Order: sequence, then C-alpha cells, then structure tokens
Amino acid sequence: MAAFSTRAFAAPLQYLTGASARAEPVVWLTWGVLLISVGVIVIIAGLLLGALLRRRAAAEPRALMPDKGGYSWLWIGVGLSTLALLFTVVWTVVVLAKIQAPATHPRVIIEITGRQWWWQVRYLSTDPRQQFDTANEIHIPVGQPIRLKLVGGDVIHSFWVPQLAGKMDAIPGQINETWIEASNPGDWTGQCTEYCGVQHAKMLLRVVAETPSGFAAWRAHQLAKPQVAAGHAVFESHCGNCHAVRGTAADGSFGPDLSHLMQRHTLASASLPNDPVTLAHWIADPQSLKPGTRMPQVALTGGERGSLIAYLESLN
Amino acid sequence: MTTAYERRPVAAADTPALRKKLDTLWETSPGFYGWLATVDHKQIGIRYIITAFLFLIAGGVEALIFRLQLSWSNLHLLTPEQYDQLFTMHGMTMIFLYAGPVLSGFSNYLWPLLLGARDMALPRLNALSYWIYLFAGIVLYSGFAFGFGPDAGWFNYVPLAARAYNDGPNIDLYALGMILLGISTTVGAINFVVTFLRMRAPGMSIDRVPILIWGTLTASAANIFAIPAVSLAFFLLWLDRNVGTHFFDVGAGGSALLWQHLFWMFGHPWVYAIVLPAMGMVSDGLPVFCRRPLVGYTVVAVATVATMVLGFGVWVHHMFATGLPGVSLSFFSAASIIIALPSAVGVFAWLATIWTGRPQFTTPFLFFASFIILFTIGGVSGYMTGSVPVDWQLTDTYFVVAHLHYVLIGINVFPVVGAAYFWFPKMTGRLMDERLGRWNFWTMFAGFNIGFFPMHISGLLGMPRRIYTYGDGMGWNWVNLVTTAGSFLFAIGVLIFFWNVFVGLKRGKPAGDNPWDAPTLEWATSSPPPPYNFAVLPTVASRHPLWEDRLQAVGERSVTAKGLVLDKGREALGTTPLDAAPNIILKMPGDTLVPLCLALAMTVLTAGLALMNIIMAALGVILIAAAILAWLWPQAVLGETAEAPHA
Repeated sequence: MAAFSTRAFAAPLQYLTGASARAEPVVWLTWGVLLISVGVIVIIAGLLLGALLRRRAAAEPRALMPDKGGYSWLWIGVGLSTLALLFTVVWTVVVLAKIQAPATHPRVIIEITGRQWWWQVRYLSTDPRQQFDTANEIHIPVGQPIRLKLVGGDVIHSFWVPQLAGKMDAIPGQINETWIEASNPGDWTGQCTEYCGVQHAKMLLRVVAETPSGFAAWRAHQLAKPQVAAGHAVFESHCGNCHAVRGTAADGSFGPDLSHLMQRHTLASASLPNDPVTLAHWIADPQSLKPGTRMPQVALTGGERGSLIAYLESLN
Repeated sequence: MTTAYERRPVAAADTPALRKKLDTLWETSPGFYGWLATVDHKQIGIRYIITAFLFLIAGGVEALIFRLQLSWSNLHLLTPEQYDQLFTMHGMTMIFLYAGPVLSGFSNYLWPLLLGARDMALPRLNALSYWIYLFAGIVLYSGFAFGFGPDAGWFNYVPLAARAYNDGPNIDLYALGMILLGISTTVGAINFVVTFLRMRAPGMSIDRVPILIWGTLTASAANIFAIPAVSLAFFLLWLDRNVGTHFFDVGAGGSALLWQHLFWMFGHPWVYAIVLPAMGMVSDGLPVFCRRPLVGYTVVAVATVATMVLGFGVWVHHMFATGLPGVSLSFFSAASIIIALPSAVGVFAWLATIWTGRPQFTTPFLFFASFIILFTIGGVSGYMTGSVPVDWQLTDTYFVVAHLHYVLIGINVFPVVGAAYFWFPKMTGRLMDERLGRWNFWTMFAGFNIGFFPMHISGLLGMPRRIYTYGDGMGWNWVNLVTTAGSFLFAIGVLIFFWNVFVGLKRGKPAGDNPWDAPTLEWATSSPPPPYNFAVLPTVASRHPLWEDRLQAVGERSVTAKGLVLDKGREALGTTPLDAAPNIILKMPGDTLVPLCLALAMTVLTAGLALMNIIMAALGVILIAAAILAWLWPQAVLGETAEAPHA
C-alpha cells in the first residue's frame, strides 16, 4: 500500500499511504478500521432498508403488533459488535507498542518550537559548535529514526507531517517527544493542526529527506557562516532585531533565522514559494500575503530595498 | 387562614365543573404580565424551543458564510479574524445555545405530560432556567454584535485565550456568558431529577417511564456533575485575565493542559447529554409508527445510563496528541472504543422494532428512521478516532468535523425535527403538512449527506480544521465545493421545516387528542393540553397506558378518565421515588416575576464583571440577594399537605 505514489492523490497531506516503516503499521490500522466502518455502514443500511421495505401481510393500518420478538437482534448485533470492538482494541494496542519508540537509538535530534505562525528548528548537539538554527524546512537523512523535541513557543501548536507520522502537540511549558523516519529521499508537506490564531492556516512546513551523504553536506553547509555581502548593514539595522544571520550583528530570535535563506524553497512558513518576485513582495507588504503575520511592514527607501533583497539573495 | 396539613384526596370522574375550577386556578394571567410571570412548563418549554431554533438559524447563517469562504482555495470573502469569530460563534451557538436548550425545551414541555403530572416539580426554577439561558445567550452574542466575538474556538484553549495572546473583551464575555449559562443548565438539570423522583403518576414505577425520561434524566444527572468543571475553568480563566492569577500561565507555574482536562471532563459528558434525550425521543416516537412497543425497553434504558457512565471516562480522547503517557492512552483508547457498545444496543433495538413492526411512512417516522443510519455513520467515525494511532492522523482534520456533524445533526437535529412533527399536534392542536413534510425530509437528508459526507474525504486528504483558506495544490478544492453546495441545500431543507411550522399554525388540520394513536399519557389529554394538564390524575398500570386493551387481553388497566382530584388551590401529587406511590400533596406556585428578576440581577452582575465596573457588580449582588429573599419568603399557600395514611 505504501508503494502507492503520494502524487497519485495530488493531496500532499493525505495519510492513506505512508512513507516509512514508522507510518506503515498505522496506515494498515487506518485502512482496517476504515473498512470495518464501511462494512458496518453497509450492513446497517441494508438491514434498515430490509426492515423498511420487507413485505408484510395486509392489515388494518392502525392495528398493533404484539410486544414480542426482536430480542435475537440485540444478542446477535451486540455480540458481533463486541467482537469487532475487542479486535480493534487489541490491534490498536499492538500498533501503539510498535510505534512507541524507534528500533535504534536516534542520532539526529531536532528541537522544534511552534511560534505564531512559523516553526523554529534547532538541530541539537552536545557540542555547541555543531548546533544550528533554521526554520520551517527540516532536512533529515533517510533510513534512520530522527528524534523530535516539540515545544510551544507561545500558544499551542501541533506538528504534523502525515506521510511520516501522526500529530504531536507543541505545548508551552512541556517538551513532547516523538520520532519520524523516511524510507526514501523525498519532500513532504506538514501543517500546524492545533488552532493557534489568525494565521493558523498558513503555518506549514516541509521535511526534505536526503541520502546520508546529502544530509551531511547540507548540515555542513548550514554550520558554515554565510558570507558577509553588500546590504548587510540595511539588514542589521532594519531586520536584525527579529531575525538572525549568523556571524553578523543581526541576532534577533523573534522571527526565523535567515542564515541560509536561499537554501529554502519556501517563505512565510512554507506558504509561499521562495523566488525573487515573491521575496520582494513579502518584504514590501507582508500583511497582504499573510494578514496578521507578526512581520511588520518596514519603511525602506527604494535603494535600501534593492540592497536588502540583494543581500538576502546572497544568503546561500 | 388555617391550612389542613393532612388530607386524603378523593378519586372522582373528570367533570366540566372541575375543569372550570382548575382553569381559574391554573391559567396564566393574561397579557404582558402573564407572559413575563408564567411558570407553566408548557409555555416555558415552547419558549425554550423557539429560542433554541433562533440560535440554530444564527449558527447556521454563520456556517453558510464561512462555507462560502472555504468553497475554493485562496478566497478572500472573509478576513482571517472574521473567519475565526464566525467559526467560534458557530460552534458555541450550536453546542451551547441550540443543541442542549432545544432538548431542555422538549423535555420541559413533555415531561409532566409523559409522567401524568400537573407541572415540573419546581416551576419557578424552571422559569429561572429559561430566563438565564436567554440572557446568557444575549451576553454571549453581545461581543460578536460589536465585532468582539470570541475567536479562540468554542473549546477556547489557553494560552491562545489568555490575555497575552487575546486582548480585548472577546474572551471575557465568552467566559462570563458560559458561567451564567452553566447556572441555567444546572438548575434545569436539578429540576428534571427532582421531577423524575417525585412527580410520576401513581403506578408509574421506574420501569414504566418512557425512554425520553431516561434520556433526559441521565443527561441531567451528568450535567450536575460535569458543568462545575467547565464553569470552574471559565472562572479561573476570567481570573487569570482580569485579576492576575496564574492558573493557566505557564511562565508563572500554571498549566496549559489543565484547561483541556477541565474543559473535556465537561465537554465529553456534555456531548452525550445533548444526544441521549434525542435518542430517547426516537425510542418513544419510532415504535408508534411501527405499531408495536420498542424492542428491548430495559436494555435500551440500561444502555442509556451506561453510555453516560462510560461517557465520563473518555474525555482524554480529545487530548491524544498532547503527549500523555502510553498507559493512559491505551486505557482511554479502549474506553473510547468500547463506549460504542451501548450505542449498538440502541441501533439494533430500533432496527428490530422496525423489522418486527409495520412501518407507517409519516414525516416524523422518516426523520426517526433516517437517524439510525446517520447515527451509525457518526458512530463508526467516532470508533475510528478512538484508536490512538489512527486518531493521531484523524484528529484536527475535517474527518472529525464530519464525525461531529453526523453525531450532532444526525442524533440531535434529525430527531428534534422528527419530534417537532410528532408533538406539534399536541402543542398546537394542529397537524403539520405531510406533503411539505416529505419535501422537508428529503431536502434535509440529501443536503446533509451531500454537505457533510465529503468532509470525511477532505479529512482523509489531510485538510486541517479551523483554517480560513488553503492552497490550490492541496487537493481539497472540489470536495469543498460539494460540501458548500450541500450545506446550502441542507439550509433550504431547514427553511422548509420552518415554513411548514408556519403553515401548520395557520391552517393545519385539527389534530384531536391522539392523532398518531400513540400509547403514552401526553396523548390522553387534549391538544393543546389545559394549563393543569390532567383534570383528574391518571393512574398507570403499564408502559403503554393507551395501548393496554390491544396489547394484553387481561390484566391491570391504567385509568385516565377517573382519578385523584386535587382542586384546593394549585396542587400536584408527590409520589415515592421508585414505585410512584402517592404520599404528598404539593402546593405549586403561581405566576411570579421573581425568577425573571433573579435572572436579570445575575445578568447585571455579569455585565458589571464584564465591564469591570465594581458599582454595577455590587448592585448585581444586592439585587440577587433581594430576589432570593423574595423567592424564599414564606407563603402559606405553598405549605405542602401530606396525604392521609391509607386504611
């Protein structure tokens, strides 16, 4: 079943197929309870139609039938329901045990903080030099479990990449752990699924699974400081209170870390494509693209805007 | 004046002279005063029903507006903030201001008639319950009317609903309105429980009451236990927002999950409270049109109570993704799956009743019979969400939206509309039109399924709840367009219902006392019933007093034409809790403005707290104290009279 292409549905958030060994048992269970449910609906609809349309001996319409019979329906119906329900409980507990923890110890640990309305992503390491921040796009190596530590940065959010795993809430004041795994390289969409305010709708994310060597290269690139290019002064003075670019005076943490912005395919929490036109539009008037976003409309002269965009486009 | 505190009432036949005397004793005063002061359960019940339907219209219009916004990707009909207020108001309105109160309305109207009683046990409390409901509804809508509607969802999770993320009066009005509404529901629930225990006709032992009585009783008992949790939650939230406490403030050692526990400890039992009475209506109404008693009365009654008891142990299934430990997830998962069993009892009992009966395809029957399949669809989707690993995918998607609408529309709206057709002749003395009724049913049935069944599919395709728009590439365009079209068709069906009510009132055929040839006591009195319900109090010998002659050739018989005469003032008969043996003559209150004044005083306090106006709040407290004093002021006419011991 998992062999089905995600594209076949053209619905990136569907979960009737899965993209990993972790998702597989849940996909089977989902289909299982779905088919049991459809079966129950068909049986009950059939019995109801039968009961309604069944031929009966002619009688005076208001005549009463005796108060007897029908009890066998209860014993048989409730008996069969009990069997189906108990079977489901057992299957549920088995799947729950299977996906509770990964088979091997995860080597990549990512802390994800839900913020209004974007995802702050931190690749954790015991060595602070190996630790780095990014946002909204998560890269993982295929074929190994990844531990996620979910934190609520302001209100409650919920992390969901349906092709890889079910939801886990990011709640202020607690750290919820879950894990994901991808069997093959690919690119999956996720979305916040706990209502978190006006831009809950545009709080998406992406997970990019790469070969271990591809992931290692990406990681090394993220750890490198971006080159300081022309326009950094405009960025530092107008954007640096909220955004960070490592190695510069811009070290704000209110908005996403933009150190390697051009490595990302999307803007505004995976709700817009990262291309020069959209980027310019986003800086000029963020409220029109994502009404209510915490990103203000910053007053810039034409020259400042030009050098700012050139700078951002250099953040590879 | 002296009152005899011990007296033996006489049994006699119903006479015109007696009716005339009772009329003068029981009739509500004419005019505007009477309208404000009535304590007649029938008037209060109808008021509840009309008010609830007005809220249904409001909630429905809200939904139609945001369905337009969602009918295709990237539409800009509404701003995100408008969308958020609309979906919050829609949920709050339907769940709190329509679904519960409409059942309170039917139960208020029907209970004393079903039980062979003169009124509810506590008529003034009944009036109070209605007035508080009305004023709480106005408080809950007051912010929305000025653009400050609650916008954190009807479930109102913190910290999104905390001051730091939601400034302005929106959430405060929601919190205070809900506390006020909780008082209404609680006093109403107490009234039902007391009425069940004390007001059943002589001989109506607890195994002879209609299933609707079991449904409302169970729901009421549950409400008494469940409402304190949500009232407390809203009160703590109000304190956090206005007084500076930190119950839910994580930064100061509070807990965000505490809100969810308190809310769902109430919320899940409440879901059952707003469906069990409606299931009771079907259990009583459906067999009438199958021309036989319900199959399995006792198991259905026990299943009703069992659902509610289990219903208190499943609240965590709203919180499967909050990071709770695996053991508790397994427990609540199992409980949430097993709770389907008592529902299965009902489904098979109704099916067996139709199968072994002789169905008459009247409009109420169509609504009751279709409910069985809608309930099944809503039931199995609930069973799917009970399985934790599956729920981690399904939760907070449109699959759950589909589920809850099949449950709430399928189990509440369809039976309620069926019940309206069924009992309209009793309430008004006229029948609703059957032809229009068929149009009504088929439009609602088609519209509902076209509108809501595709939500299962958008949910399986991953569409999250509470998003004001979605991207073009998500694959949800067509399914949403169909949903929007279906919801408008459904709305047309509901409009046909209101039109039929209007037509029925204007020129419906006269109904007579018992147009459906139904078996229970409400059909033994005239349509509409006199203010005192029964001139002489009936005595009950079985579950089907009006079918006895035909169901059993020999045996005890219920008596409705002759019975105890209570005509020394407004009197009702109190009976013992289990066997319904008469043991006291209850003196019932007449018209009074005190319940209205008390409800107004509570609203003044609420408004004072909402505006943070200390003087207004203090005035509210003083007025409440004064109204309670007036309520409790001793009155000789309300002295109860014990029945003399039987020889």
